[in-house]
Amino acid sequence: MKRVVITGAGTINALGHSVAETMQAMKDGHCGIGPLDFRDVDRLSIKIGGQVIGFETEGLFNRQQMALYDRFTQFTLMAAKEAIDQAGIVFSGELAARSGVVLGTAGGGVSTWDDNYRSVYEDGKNRVHPFVVPKLMNNAAASHVSMEYNLKGPSFTVSTACASSNHAMAQAFTMVQSGMAPAMVTGGSESMLCFGGVKAWEGLRVMSKDACRPFSLGRNGMVQGEGAGIFVFEEFEHAKKRGAEILCEVIGYAMSSDASDIVMPSKQGAERAIAGALRNAKLNSDEVGYINAHGTGTAANDKTECAAVAGVFGPHADRLMISSTKSMHGHLIGGTGAVELLACIMAVRDGVIAPTIGYEEPDPECALDVVPNEARDADVSVALSNAFAFGGLNAVLAIRRI
Amino acid sequence: MSIQDRVIEIIAEQAVLEPSDVTPDSTLEDLGIDSLGLVECIFAIEEEFDISVPFNANEPTKSDFDISNVKSIVNGIKELMVEKT
Repeated sequence: MKRVVITGAGTINALGHSVAETMQAMKDGHCGIGPLDFRDVDRLSIKIGGQVIGFETEGLFNRQQMALYDRFTQFTLMAAKEAIDQAGIVFSGELAARSGVVLGTAGGGVSTWDDNYRSVYEDGKNRVHPFVVPKLMNNAAASHVSMEYNLKGPSFTVSTACASSNHAMAQAFTMVQSGMAPAMVTGGSESMLCFGGVKAWEGLRVMSKDACRPFSLGRNGMVQGEGAGIFVFEEFEHAKKRGAEILCEVIGYAMSSDASDIVMPSKQGAERAIAGALRNAKLNSDEVGYINAHGTGTAANDKTECAAVAGVFGPHADRLMISSTKSMHGHLIGGTGAVELLACIMAVRDGVIAPTIGYEEPDPECALDVVPNEARDADVSVALSNAFAFGGLNAVLAIRRI
Repeated sequence: MSIQDRVIEIIAEQAVLEPSDVTPDSTLEDLGIDSLGLVECIFAIEEEFDISVPFNANEPTKSDFDISNVKSIVNGIKELMVEKT
């Protein structure tokens, strides 16, 4: 079995257009959630979100590329560039032939669906642009990354709702760990902040109209975000030989399925994923110092997640820190695990724990150290990242300081 | 603007050329327009002239619509516009 390290990271989300900006915002406890700005927002009852602002495609992509890139692909390419530039890796020859890209997204090109449905249904047009299908397909982002960086190995897209990125990164991890691929580009992206995307979510009545307050008494739901997080996972010796800067080591993961309900979370399913990740990474539970929670800010998720953490860690649950950065960047759905892994990297590499902001009052059903409102300095060598998706599909990753 | 000038404008934009670089005898291949670019051209022509072009990308040469050069495309559009009225 090979050791797997992260040698590049990139992101764009409501907190920043780079990893440095995002981590600084997390340290500052900055809230990236604000009023949504897009067509027909006045017809929505949910009017807030973690929207990426100040993102100009002018000069980044040419006209032909713009005709093919949905916003979720644009985000992916921005983040991939940052990650691959940082890794300083050039894919050619045998390295290119064996390295691939595995990404997560729940919705793919949601705004492309939305714009074109609007055009044919509302505007009564009978013809759509020829690139609608290659633009909206869920694997478009992965394919464009593979084309841009000459990645010719195993490449595909994983779609497991809110756990998509974690499932994708778990796949990439096993490919590098097993020796199948020397390096993999992985992570995820989502862009559902358009009229149809938010309208669909409104239907479930799980969205907050004012703020995402995970673990806080009186929390009233999730807030959507958008963006991407992309990483370069690389075999340790390969990275060392190149003299690459190593951000952290990925040491294990687990996936589980609740096999119970299409939307309600399960304590047992979450416990099995967390405990499985500890076993897979050969960790004692007391080695874990920080967990980036799924922490959606819904009544059901947060208490179930806390119960699962308490169940797995026992007395150590009261000593570890667990925070939800969704309070700051919103829930990036299929891209969320990727952006949240940045908080885990910041914990083990920089010794800074991102806070759960918007925290007002303790909830006895969430009685853990949720790092309320202010970032904290702490010496943490191992962190977990939880993702528990609609459909009961769970994936938990473990990373370690190196 | 004549139909031909409007077609040349569409094709030039697709080929990232100046309209003056596109002549009635230019073929799409000469101009560096690939199969995806061709489908985009057809779409733009349909939008511009509000017509429906009988073109199947699986059999580009078997279509009733002759795309061998700019002139043949212009003639095809003229016929479709007559049929429409």
